[in-house]
Amino acid sequence: MRVIGKREVASSSSEGFVARTGQEYEALRLRCERRLRELEASEPLNQVSLPSLLRDRGMSRRSFLKWASATTALLFLPASFEKLVARAASVMNRVPVIWVEYQDCAGNSEAVLRADGPTIDELLLDVISLEYQETLMAPSGFQAEAQLKDAVETFRGKYILIVEGSIPAEDGFGFNGPRGEGFLENLKRLSRDALAVIAVGSCASYGGIPAAYPNPTKAMGVWDIVKGKPIVNIPACPMNPANLLGVILHYVLTGALPELDYLLRPKFAFGYRIHDNCERRAHFDAGEYVERWGDEGARNNFCLYKMGCKGPMTFNNCSIIRYNDGTNWPIGVGRGCIGCSEPGFWDKYAYERPMAGANIPVPGLFELGIEKSVDILGVGLLTAAGAGIAIHAFLSAKYGKKSEEAPSSAPPKEKP
Amino acid sequence: MSKRIVVDPITRIEGHLRIEAVLDETNTIRDAYASGTMFRGIETILKGRDPRDAGLLAMRICGVCTGVHYWTSIQAVENAFGVRVPNNARLVRNLIAGSLYLHDHPVHFYHLHALDWVDVISALKADPRKAVDVAYQFTDTPWNASVEHFQKVQQRLSGFAAQGRLGIFANGYWGNPSYRFSPEENLIAVSHYLDALAMQRGAAKMMAIFGGKNPHPQSIVVGGVTCVQDIENPSRISLFQTLLAEQHRFIRQAYLPDILMAAHAYREEGLSGIGSGLKSYLAYGFFEMDNQGPGRGETLFPSGMVREGDLSKVYDFNPSKVTEDVLHSWYRGQDSLHPYAGVTDPSFTGLKKEGEIAYLDTDGKYSWIKAPTYDDQRVETGPLARLVVGYARGDARIRKAVDGLLQRGGLPATVLFSTLGRTAARAIETDLIAEAMAGWAQELAKNAATGDLSTWTPFDFAKVSRDAQGCGLSEAPRGALGHWVKIRDGKIENYQAVVPTTWNASPRDRKGRRGAYEEALIGTRLANADQPLEILRTIHSFDPCLACSVHIVDFRGRALGTYQVL
Repeated sequence: MRVIGKREVASSSSEGFVARTGQEYEALRLRCERRLRELEASEPLNQVSLPSLLRDRGMSRRSFLKWASATTALLFLPASFEKLVARAASVMNRVPVIWVEYQDCAGNSEAVLRADGPTIDELLLDVISLEYQETLMAPSGFQAEAQLKDAVETFRGKYILIVEGSIPAEDGFGFNGPRGEGFLENLKRLSRDALAVIAVGSCASYGGIPAAYPNPTKAMGVWDIVKGKPIVNIPACPMNPANLLGVILHYVLTGALPELDYLLRPKFAFGYRIHDNCERRAHFDAGEYVERWGDEGARNNFCLYKMGCKGPMTFNNCSIIRYNDGTNWPIGVGRGCIGCSEPGFWDKYAYERPMAGANIPVPGLFELGIEKSVDILGVGLLTAAGAGIAIHAFLSAKYGKKSEEAPSSAPPKEKP
Repeated sequence: MSKRIVVDPITRIEGHLRIEAVLDETNTIRDAYASGTMFRGIETILKGRDPRDAGLLAMRICGVCTGVHYWTSIQAVENAFGVRVPNNARLVRNLIAGSLYLHDHPVHFYHLHALDWVDVISALKADPRKAVDVAYQFTDTPWNASVEHFQKVQQRLSGFAAQGRLGIFANGYWGNPSYRFSPEENLIAVSHYLDALAMQRGAAKMMAIFGGKNPHPQSIVVGGVTCVQDIENPSRISLFQTLLAEQHRFIRQAYLPDILMAAHAYREEGLSGIGSGLKSYLAYGFFEMDNQGPGRGETLFPSGMVREGDLSKVYDFNPSKVTEDVLHSWYRGQDSLHPYAGVTDPSFTGLKKEGEIAYLDTDGKYSWIKAPTYDDQRVETGPLARLVVGYARGDARIRKAVDGLLQRGGLPATVLFSTLGRTAARAIETDLIAEAMAGWAQELAKNAATGDLSTWTPFDFAKVSRDAQGCGLSEAPRGALGHWVKIRDGKIENYQAVVPTTWNASPRDRKGRRGAYEEALIGTRLANADQPLEILRTIHSFDPCLACSVHIVDFRGRALGTYQVL
């Protein structure tokens, strides 16, 4: 994996980032400049120009710069990179993208339509040359197949393959096209010629809901199948489209994929816990909890931990960027987090009780079953503010380095 | 000499669908087969879990009609537990569901369906001045209709068309003689295609206000809703109302006029009943208008069944008459079973390969979708079914809306029984829902202002979950949706869902009768046998949602068939 910045994750920092030195930033800046000059000199794949798009949609230069500034922050770059980010946005039409769907619900395709960052995100998705996307494309059947073939041949080795949905082990559970090609074979074929593979949503990343116990179709994530290609996972159910855009933008800007954690998630988005930046955190620290739905605590935005919120166990940037133009998010709406960006969350986290009181029948958590884990490890450890940090730091230390060397290698699986 | 054509993948839908059609020498469809080609097994995954957690998981059946399986699953559990939700919870659920319709229907029309009616490339030839005049033919207040704006859209489009790569518009069926719009009408529609992309973000935001996010909201729980602080905060309801008014304006100034425009250009297709299909319609009823509880009180869309296009009689809906069989589906067993007794046992028997192409084995099993029947009838569900049932019932709101549009288009009621009618019904009901939502939002604001903040009904879980069964019956944007759940000792013992696209995209039943898609294609003539445009137009008019339709299974421990595709 080409990784920017070589340092290990600091074990005491929940951000997952270590400040780069001034020299490192300068080297990065020069590299970005070089990269952008190259791209600007290359032929655009479509004529959708960002400045005219902004004009058409009545977007001012000022709000564009505001977006560039927010995105620079999202990517953990210093403010001096804002101009480069703005330049990168306008050459995104040099990136061909092929988007395929397997065992999916189209939730991530839909999420992209929503574009929940600043408004500009959606416009940028118009700029990217989307060569194949079954939910939106005009042709069907043989004409769709021809379009895919053409895109693969034209951009062999250059396209980004975006995968939505898990992949069943047997062909019968999912096939596509006039030839009835199985999903598994289809993914192997298309990833072979891709520059990199981005798994969007938890199903494509880790198997998601089809892989939940008892995993009736033996569903897998992309990283279980694709070897020898850079893979980025953007989990959550569905993913936050700002994070997909961040990964693509990072690639355009630097020519490299962003730094990833041990689960191959971009650290800029998954480097910290929901809990760390939660708007209800003060109530957690003060011991003020919602005790039942709609009670006095609920009316006062108290902490949802006792109602099953898994914010302390979950790494994602929801608490910062929220959803649908920052309109709201699951904790804002008084429900709590279900840990949807973590592998195996349907079996580990997605219930409306705290982990200690989980009434879940399936084995899986920490290989012991949840009640047992709580007995052994103690409710204290599982619920303490620091537990998530400790677990993450431990796993990062254990797998982080390995994942950087061999990006497609998965960490050990939970027992089914 | 007949020939068989394969259309796979059907794009601009949710999920994985294949259509095979048999054409005669005039390229008219004589027979057709629909197949769901992807399977996940979500009901199996639901078994053994806590019923309170089923809703979030069931919601992941679909991310397009996001939320429908969520509240229907929760309604099924509430029905099993005998829990009635407070008034505020009903209102919030209606508003969340309404937001979905306001998002889903326009997105379906403009982004999934429109390219079956609209020749994007033809819009380049349009005269923007004339286009403004055309826009005023269908409404007095057309959306974004000015010479300057239309010119801008054309410029964008020509920049796009001049280049080598057209992205999602590449390799479309442009120039096919079955496109009927004038260049000006195409330009208006393309302009609204772009406007609708921006509008749908607002509708999604509406769902996020009380749902937390979209897709996949998170604020509904067994017993009520969690978003008490969003109800309490007047600025949230006010934002909701502002967004709603804007959506409603778009529906009235763009969506409905564009339907009239289509009814004008595609009048002949409508009148000759192309795509009519089964003409028997089923609706479960949805959007509770009062607090009597599901299945008891008045609903915005009434329940019932209309048979064979006879608007003079409505049969009352009885959930016990729903059954499914699997003779032509990739499961073992032949009995017609009610969902409570539903047994499913997969048996993938594969495709038949001839040369490079793999065909469905249509004499045998050929789809992951089961074949449901109601009272031993094949039926269609969806927006058209809702309006036909409501119309036949004499529902004043529905009659007024349907008659109003028919009158403006100078069309008889029989035009409803067609591909065009199905597409029009979707627009009409969107308007009806937007109107009702304004009332629900107002009522919610009033409750909050007068101190009624109750959002959840307590229940004794240990007691009610010992041995219970229940069903949730609602209407998703695509049609009638039912979830059936059996609960024992606090855990789900059995779970079955029969969803809109199971009804519509179904293969033949055990008596050899076609499903709604299959029947609707019969008699349609293709202008060009290599371009399945007319097939797409009719199939898309149902708004297929395949991920929803394929999911029911129980095959713990059994091996799959050994057939290998390819």
